Amino acid sequence: MTMLTDRQQLSYIAAQAADARVNLELETEGMTLNIGPQHPATHGTLRIIARLDGEQVVWAEPSCGYMHRGYEKLTEVRTFPQVTALVNRIDWLGSFANEVPFILAAEKLMGIEAPARAQHIRTILFELSRIANVSLFLGDLGVQLGAITPVFMAFRDREYVLNLIEGATGGRFHPNFDRIGGLKDDLPAGWIDETRNVMKKLRRFCDEIEDLLFGNEIFQSRTRGIGVIPRDVAMQYGLSGANLRASGVDWDLRRDQSLPMAWNKADWKVWTHNDGDSFARCWVRLQEVRESTKIVDQLIETIPAGPVMTKVPRIIKVPEGEAWVATENPLGEMGYYVVSKGDLGPFRVKIRSASFNNMSITPWLLKGVYVPDIITILASLYFILGDIDR
Amino acid sequence: MVSVLAVDLPYWAQSLLRVLGGLVAVLLPAGTIVYVFLFKMMSFMQSRLGPMEAGPYGSMQLFAEVGKWLQKEDIYPERADKFIFKLAPLIVLASTFLLVVVVPFGPDAWFTNFEAGIFYALAVSSVSVLGILIAGWASANKYSLLGGLRAAGQLIAYELPMVLAVIGVVIQAGSMNLQDIVLAQNAGSIFGWDGLGNPYVLTQFVGFVIFMIAVQAELTQAPFDMPIAESELVSGYMTEYSGFRFLIFFIGEFATAGVFAMIASILFLGGWGVPFAWFGWTDMDSVDNWMNIVGPLILFTKMMLVVFVVMWVRFSYPRFREDQLQRFAWKVLIPISLVNIMVTAILKVAF
Repeated sequence: MTMLTDRQQLSYIAAQAADARVNLELETEGMTLNIGPQHPATHGTLRIIARLDGEQVVWAEPSCGYMHRGYEKLTEVRTFPQVTALVNRIDWLGSFANEVPFILAAEKLMGIEAPARAQHIRTILFELSRIANVSLFLGDLGVQLGAITPVFMAFRDREYVLNLIEGATGGRFHPNFDRIGGLKDDLPAGWIDETRNVMKKLRRFCDEIEDLLFGNEIFQSRTRGIGVIPRDVAMQYGLSGANLRASGVDWDLRRDQSLPMAWNKADWKVWTHNDGDSFARCWVRLQEVRESTKIVDQLIETIPAGPVMTKVPRIIKVPEGEAWVATENPLGEMGYYVVSKGDLGPFRVKIRSASFNNMSITPWLLKGVYVPDIITILASLYFILGDIDR
Repeated sequence: MVSVLAVDLPYWAQSLLRVLGGLVAVLLPAGTIVYVFLFKMMSFMQSRLGPMEAGPYGSMQLFAEVGKWLQKEDIYPERADKFIFKLAPLIVLASTFLLVVVVPFGPDAWFTNFEAGIFYALAVSSVSVLGILIAGWASANKYSLLGGLRAAGQLIAYELPMVLAVIGVVIQAGSMNLQDIVLAQNAGSIFGWDGLGNPYVLTQFVGFVIFMIAVQAELTQAPFDMPIAESELVSGYMTEYSGFRFLIFFIGEFATAGVFAMIASILFLGGWGVPFAWFGWTDMDSVDNWMNIVGPLILFTKMMLVVFVVMWVRFSYPRFREDQLQRFAWKVLIPISLVNIMVTAILKVAF
């Protein structure tokens, strides 16, 4: 490992020391603590097997699959338009964002592109689902660390965003709005004014959370220097999204690849942090919500006129071929590898979800920390069970 | 308590009155705290209304909750040590009742007028540690065990700053009797001006802050709620308890909050009294008899103010980590309170 800060070295040494202590001292009996599958900190059914020495974790491993729903297999017996209803449920807090990469992959195979207006609205809804997702993370962070009030503020302000999504798509959690070749519908009247107001509210919410939580000394002492992921380790484990950016890697698929979406039409910034600890991850996400509100604000002013749906056949048959499309979803890189044999439905779909890879670092990361820090680290890594187990 | 009535009662009637008084003194503050702070204040802080259906503004919600808990099945884990498991919540609640014994509510309204009252109060308050520890152990649950051990470490660590913070008050009042401490504050004067008496929150402000922090930790309220720690240990030592055993823990938690707040207001805010100079009283004997009725209300008001602060902190702060908590107690609170004692002693000799 190269370029370690003092703090990172200390945490690494602590992990080694905890290992050595159990191995050297006789008569030491470790305790195996099963955190989950039913546990308040795992937002669903994740199980973490932790071997403890006192309250210090000696060894930990996540055990996934308690909520596996087999979406990859299920897509093989669905038609292409039906798949969006399934993949909505992967990251259930930012549902619309799950549909986009799949639809883009299908469009890529068919060689069509959505009209400019549809691309614009897609991007706006994508960013709205990011806000809905990450703002809940900011509140939930408080609960995981013992502060019960922020989560209610998060739910309160997330409600405005959900209302927007509902207004445009008809669904609050699972919009199922994206179609191959465009969108199901145009925006309703008055939606843009409402969005403008809500974005102001969301920015105020970010300020509130920054005051209430990020400025709190206890919060800082609980998160700073906890769960440090050095830059190269983060890249080795294939982290993505804010977890990677918090380790100092300037990488954002919205900016770094050219997709038929409207991100490049807005002026925004990719935030990174050099510390790589839990605080950095939370802070980067807070900045991301702010940037998303900025993106939405700019895009709603410049929605081009035109149709929201291009000409597609009534019965969609995707030509033979393979396509890989990944986008920067709220939790990180989410991609679909779609293999089509020219049928109504895909022959095989591989879903690369962000949380699954983000979780893979936990055995390395949890070594040597205390039990309360497990919760801090899990909260700051930010996974959603549907996104791990698919 | 008895001489208030100014009639001679037989011994059994006096005892009955004491028991009823004790129940009221413990359960009434607990119920009020739960409704006003846990149900309503927390809801308003979190932009919601809280219970609104049961009774006007949900004021009967607590009775509904108690009814629900009493109806629940009494579940205990298969491998639990059943006798100890059942005993633990009672020990926790018993320590609360033992605490309220020395609290004076008025010039004559007290259960016992014990000379070493504050010493006794600090001693019996740690009985609850025993209950929590055996609850954690007897549950045969790893989360409970961790919670119980955390609670033991925490409560023992914070006992010390609490005792040291009280010593400043005891030095200043020259007595360990809680009634004398109330008298010394209300009959006292600040540089000859007796309009406010001499509440020790002014002279012992450092002690007051340390005492409140220690109370927060003793009550295991956030930011010191690691023994419960919902997001880590599910519910700590209470994880396996349900039904009326959980109810007893629940009452114990909030009743202890009430009693500790009463003791804090007696030590630092003047207790049941008003500044004696307002009515021209000089000592305990000259206090009018109506203070036996008004005094408890004044004490109750002060208690609610103190609990308000405790709950305010609880609802807004995240939780410490166990090692940070110990470091805070031993490296910050205890040195400061020792310096506080020294300064108090020097000033006591000087003036």
